[in-house]
Amino acid sequence: MSTGKLFKLFKIRGGVHPDDRKQLSAGQAIEKLPMPPLLHIPLQQHIGAPAESLVRRGDEVKKGQLLARNQGAISAPVHAPTSGRIMGVGGYPAHHPSGLSVRTITLKPDGEDEWLDKLEPCDDYYQLSPEEIADRVARAGIVGMGGATFPSAVKLNLRKRYRLHTLVINGAECEPYLTCDDRLMREQAMQVVEGVKLMARALDVDHILFAIENNKPDAQASIREAAEDTDIVTVVGLPTRYPMGSEKHLVQTLVGKETPARGLTADIGVVVHNVATARAVYDAIALGRPLISRVMTVTGESIQDPKNVEVLIGTPLNNLIDYCGGFREVPERLISGGPMMGQPLPSLRVPAVKGSNGLLALSDKANKTTTEMPCIRCASCVNACPCGLVPLDMANHIKAGSLDSSVKLGLLDCIACGSCAYVCPSHIPLVQYFNYAKGELASRQRTQHKQNETKRLAEARTERMEKIKRAKREAMAKRKKEMEEKKRKKADKAAVAGAES
Amino acid sequence: MSEETSIFGPYTHAKSSISRTMGLVMLSLLPATLFGLYQFGWPAIFLFLTTIVACVLAEAFSLRVAGKPIKPFVMDGSAILTGWLLAMTLPPWAPWWIGLIGALLAIIVAKQVFGGLGQNLFNPAMVARVALLISFPLEMTLFNQPVPMFSAQAPGFLESLAITFGSSDAIDAVSSATTLGHLKTELGRGVALPEAATTTVSIWQQLWGQTSGSLGETSALLLLLGGLFLIYKKVINWHIPVSMLGTLALLAGLFHLIDPNSYVGPMTHLLSGAAILCAFFIATDLVTSPVSIRGQILFGAGCGLLIYAIRTWAGYPEGVAFAVMLMNACTPLIDHYLKPRIYGRDRKGQPLVYSNEGTDRK
Repeated sequence: MSTGKLFKLFKIRGGVHPDDRKQLSAGQAIEKLPMPPLLHIPLQQHIGAPAESLVRRGDEVKKGQLLARNQGAISAPVHAPTSGRIMGVGGYPAHHPSGLSVRTITLKPDGEDEWLDKLEPCDDYYQLSPEEIADRVARAGIVGMGGATFPSAVKLNLRKRYRLHTLVINGAECEPYLTCDDRLMREQAMQVVEGVKLMARALDVDHILFAIENNKPDAQASIREAAEDTDIVTVVGLPTRYPMGSEKHLVQTLVGKETPARGLTADIGVVVHNVATARAVYDAIALGRPLISRVMTVTGESIQDPKNVEVLIGTPLNNLIDYCGGFREVPERLISGGPMMGQPLPSLRVPAVKGSNGLLALSDKANKTTTEMPCIRCASCVNACPCGLVPLDMANHIKAGSLDSSVKLGLLDCIACGSCAYVCPSHIPLVQYFNYAKGELASRQRTQHKQNETKRLAEARTERMEKIKRAKREAMAKRKKEMEEKKRKKADKAAVAGAES
Repeated sequence: MSEETSIFGPYTHAKSSISRTMGLVMLSLLPATLFGLYQFGWPAIFLFLTTIVACVLAEAFSLRVAGKPIKPFVMDGSAILTGWLLAMTLPPWAPWWIGLIGALLAIIVAKQVFGGLGQNLFNPAMVARVALLISFPLEMTLFNQPVPMFSAQAPGFLESLAITFGSSDAIDAVSSATTLGHLKTELGRGVALPEAATTTVSIWQQLWGQTSGSLGETSALLLLLGGLFLIYKKVINWHIPVSMLGTLALLAGLFHLIDPNSYVGPMTHLLSGAAILCAFFIATDLVTSPVSIRGQILFGAGCGLLIYAIRTWAGYPEGVAFAVMLMNACTPLIDHYLKPRIYGRDRKGQPLVYSNEGTDRK
């Protein structure tokens, strides 16, 4: 292993230093959550098309059994987190701020927790070809576990279209409060590093940068130790700054190149995967186990005993709260993910999904709601923006209703990291404006698309009708002509007959 | 759990607020202000308080007329700061109504008419100062020598009340031209600079502030200290002060080298008048200066250039207020053209293109 001590880092612009509050849960070893009485497994836990259910009410399933298969190229299958009976397939509130219901499989555990007997563990996984690795990752239902939930196999197959040279493992965990990746690196360094090596093989790259923020020295040490006998892994200490974990900014810090706008990091030869994803890849390939659980941080000032918990996918979140001793006080807010980019939870009934990395119960002390004041053009947001945008201008244009001009100002280059709103002395909810505008633009685009489609169909219909009419007219004309011909022939015949007689 | 669950993050916030920003600016103004008040005695204190109280009352009145909530906007400290800055630029023994009219001009005309906090195009304190200077040239150019409190020449409390609120002509007894004013007059009379400069105070006196001038402009050293504190606290960027003072010093140095007899040297330009106060506290006014770094550098350089031009070739001995207002007018334009480069795009806004070998798509 080469050391990362002298690794040259590149500067990125902007960023903020929020109070990281990781000490609440960083000292807690990962614990396994006791089996919940019911599991609600949504069919859509990833970006792309939802999975298609293969089970019906009353079916008995084993742990690890395929419950729903992927549909289309960008999708991921879903597996049974434990053995038990399917109670139904239907609507259930989603792990999403809207709380809208999505198709969900409800599973009643039988308490046996019995694995499917046809798992395919693989001892000599170094012999697997890149295609086989990507295929197994796809079949295991692995998605980006840092929160983006993009199907990992699709990313592993990027080698087919891009010339790649480096795999970056994102262990920055720059969001305050969250410690699940930190614990994973400290406790399961071997599995993580093996998973990383498998991913590098799938991507066909010979250079791995394992990036960990400097506020996690224990994680850095354990990964260094686990990667000691591999010389393709370089452990790099990152300065503690938010949003260091943003994929494109992480790559810029490490490689010194910016990802072109609207492009992928693969455009500059780099693919980024998350630490938890690496462990899931190891489980899938070495043990043959699909993605059925993940580590989550349950923390916040309102939680009695903050913990890092290994949770089965589909566990209702109130089970996690109960396991952590319940609430110390009525929380001001419940957040899924970190406090910077996380999303509010509609209720605690919603299940844990593949992309959930944290459950925060924030007290009002940590989350003072202050009245919004007018912008004083202090440029704090301009200085904090890691993307070189002028958030105050964008917000003004959106407020004035001119969404198109906000796009010209770079709205679509905004990564919604929240650094601007974090520093704003006037407490203007800038991210709120930007997300509103992005949503509004998307819905306009859909409307436009629908209109175009309707127009196209209407035109096609008119054309079709015209064609039918034309065909009818032609047929009629033809018939007429034939009739006339017949008549004439008849007349001719008659004339001939008359002449003969 | 609150009902506003639909609000997007972040759900944590830096310890920043408008009142904190304004408070830090006032804190950094404090040393120079206390020195000014000490040096010019009770009349200066009366004028200072009159201006600030008038500003706060004018703000509350405007907010009431506009139907806006009064408490949060008065408590944000912006009106106090405007009054404070305005008072710093007034002749210390000016009568009370100068402070009052200045406050009304600053708050009502320059700020609230434009839409209140954050909406004004021009720096309110500078609008007020320019309007006063043009309307009341006599009162606005009558400066007095420093008479520190408790010193023998210092006017007593009652006498001071008469200076500020009554019609005392005590100021005539101690009136004295500012350094820039004196040099302008002498150069105008055709006196060569080395000769004219013999009667002005030394560089050290200017640095420390023992000279006649506006209430809070005299002590370059204490203002500099406050300014550096603001940069340290990240309330302002260093770009405007450095580019402004740099441009001013460069131009002054250049012309002084060419003709030492008729062009004042860089040290005098930097240390006298309102140059330092302007560089750190007025040109850097958040509302009326550009938001991008490149914009701020251009803005500062423009201020420096205009200050030098006005001081040297125009009719007024001091041009800070005019220079800042002219550059304020350019701020929207500067912000429109000089934006930071967006991540992943070139300066023209097009996505970056890498042409080297290893990065091409297969």
